[in-house]
Amino acid sequence: MTALLDVRGLVTAFPGPEGDLRAVDEVSFQLARGEVLGLVGESGSGKSVTGFSIMGLVDPPGRVAAGQILFDGADLAQADADTRRSLRGRRIAMVFQDPMMTLNPVLRIGTQMTEALHAHVQISRQEARARARDALGLVGIPSPEERLDGYPHEFSGGMRQRVAIAIALLHRPDLIIADEPTTALDVTIQAQILSEFQKLTEEQGTAVIWITHDLAIVSGLADRIAVMYGGRIVETGGIEEVLRAPRHPYTRGLIRSVPSENTRGTRLAQIPGVTPSLGRMPAGCAFRSRCGRADAACAARPGRFGSLGAYHRCFHPHEETLA
Amino acid sequence: MITTLIRRAIQAGFVIFAMTLIVFLGVNVIGNPVDILINPDLNQAERLRVIQNLGLDQPLWRQYLGFLHGLAQGNFGDSFVYGRPALQVIAERLPATLELALCAMVIAIVIGLPLGLYAGLYPERISSRLIMTGSILGFSLPTFWVGLMFILLFAVQLGWLPSNGRGETAEFLGAKWSFLTRDGLAHLVLPALNLALFKTSLILRLTRAGVQEVVLQDFVKFARAKGLRESRIVLVHILKNLMIPVITIIGLEFGSLIAFSVVTESIFGWPGMGKLIIDSINLLDRPVIVAYLMMMVVLFVSLNFVIDICYTLLDPRVRLDGKG
Ligand SMILES: Nc1ncnc2c1ncn2[C@@H]1O[C@H](COP(=O)(O)OP(=O)(O)O)[C@@H](O)[C@H]1O
Ligand code: SF4
Ligand SMILES: [Mg+2]
Repeated sequence: MTALLDVRGLVTAFPGPEGDLRAVDEVSFQLARGEVLGLVGESGSGKSVTGFSIMGLVDPPGRVAAGQILFDGADLAQADADTRRSLRGRRIAMVFQDPMMTLNPVLRIGTQMTEALHAHVQISRQEARARARDALGLVGIPSPEERLDGYPHEFSGGMRQRVAIAIALLHRPDLIIADEPTTALDVTIQAQILSEFQKLTEEQGTAVIWITHDLAIVSGLADRIAVMYGGRIVETGGIEEVLRAPRHPYTRGLIRSVPSENTRGTRLAQIPGVTPSLGRMPAGCAFRSRCGRADAACAARPGRFGSLGAYHRCFHPHEETLA
Repeated sequence: MITTLIRRAIQAGFVIFAMTLIVFLGVNVIGNPVDILINPDLNQAERLRVIQNLGLDQPLWRQYLGFLHGLAQGNFGDSFVYGRPALQVIAERLPATLELALCAMVIAIVIGLPLGLYAGLYPERISSRLIMTGSILGFSLPTFWVGLMFILLFAVQLGWLPSNGRGETAEFLGAKWSFLTRDGLAHLVLPALNLALFKTSLILRLTRAGVQEVVLQDFVKFARAKGLRESRIVLVHILKNLMIPVITIIGLEFGSLIAFSVVTESIFGWPGMGKLIIDSINLLDRPVIVAYLMMMVVLFVSLNFVIDICYTLLDPRVRLDGKG
């Protein structure tokens, strides 16, 4: 069986004053059909850029500098612009973080939906409109027929994100990259949209890369997890194994800093220090400047320890399970 | 939307009223037309009679009321110089200026908008850099100098195009137009290009700045994420967001093209309103100056009004505000 998505050694770089800055640095992971991968890491760790690299939407002058992005066996990193365009929205879709900015303010919702259909299939305007209407209904927007004629500013943030999700689902894609789609929303709406999104993608058998800085969300949603720090995946594996027995000190720190039943009332353990900016990442292990287990060995760059599906990048991994 | 427009119309009315006051007072303190218009050889009695005829003996507020009264009937009084209604004198010159300004605006849009779009989308290309350098020239070279160069090159050296007057005209809607005849059109080319130069640069730079701002927006990236073709992204998603600032500038600049075409009209001997107003100022032909100024006020106010309507058509968010 080949994976739906097989990312190998992906490097995405932005030119900086002192040479290239690697926002994504030798990232490798795999995703099977219908599988949900939680891509976790704090702000600036390279999650969005990873998503945009897969979409082929890295802002110039940034570029995918190395690696392969094998989608259904074909390398997207080598594909021409037309091939990539024909995949976008049809087989790989994306939902963005800020629903207030995602929709074009001067175009009707209906227009923004039907154009996404017409971009990939030859159908009549009536049929496109009917499909757009059904898609709006599917994500829980009341009186979808009328809402098609509305403009984005007439929708709340939550409703706009539902529209964006409806657009992403229009072509029943094989893969949806959801880049923190609930972060900008109210907590109650977050939960609603999360569960509806989960239900719809499960029904359609869509694989999902759910990007978030919130471990709590991922633990209830994902089959597998990949933890990013400084542009690298420091640990990946099945969600239960990683949460139960995190090997990498950063993963462990992240889990410890999440409030939960058994930590209620006690002080949460925060990871000491702050993430250095991209240009100031230490050589060797990027986490070295904040790691309690660091020693001289960590000045070398840790390779992948483990298989492609479950590995970590640490010279002194934890062995014990979390209490 | 209707209430917004009504509110705008009332505001516009106030602006026009305030301007009648300013224009009237301004023109009355500039100079004394009596000294210029009346033959110094006349005796005192004759002098007085002429002054009375012109209504210059009345107190200012009476003159102003009379002025308002006339205004309401579209009557600005007779030109001191031509002895005919001021408005008629101006109206005769209007088509010349109007067609010159319109041509210049069309040239500026047809050249400025696409080039600005291109330079904004591909800022790193050499062609874009050339376009931007060109626009700086268009911005900074004085209009009169460029006009003279045009004449020197295309009229004198090459002999391709005429450089003086309107050429042959044809009647249309009761007015004379140059653009309807071959000869007239040839006469129109150089002054229109000259007048368009600055506006082209302006629209070009504004468009480019707008593009560079819009392409960074998330909704453009999302449009790409939907797999839309580049042409649709540029012509629908980007262009539609650009139209708001661009239409504003086009509207306002069209007013200034008409109001300030003096230089170009003088260089190319184009018998439009610009030339007329310069002559009138020299001769203190008050009714003509006043009528001209009021016409410009009405022009700018109506252009603003049209721009407002365009806004509501282009930007759905404005439409909503009007409902409340
Ligand atoms: N367009 C860009 N130009 C330059 N640097 C960028 C750009 N986009 C992202 N980066 C850099 O890449 C790094 C990762 O960003 P991102 O993937 O957005 O992080 P996050 O994990 O919060 O999504 C950051 O250091 C950011 O500064
Ligand atoms: S490699 Fe060293 S510095 Fe990096 S996480 Fe492991 S122990 Fe810490
Ligand atoms: Mg992000």
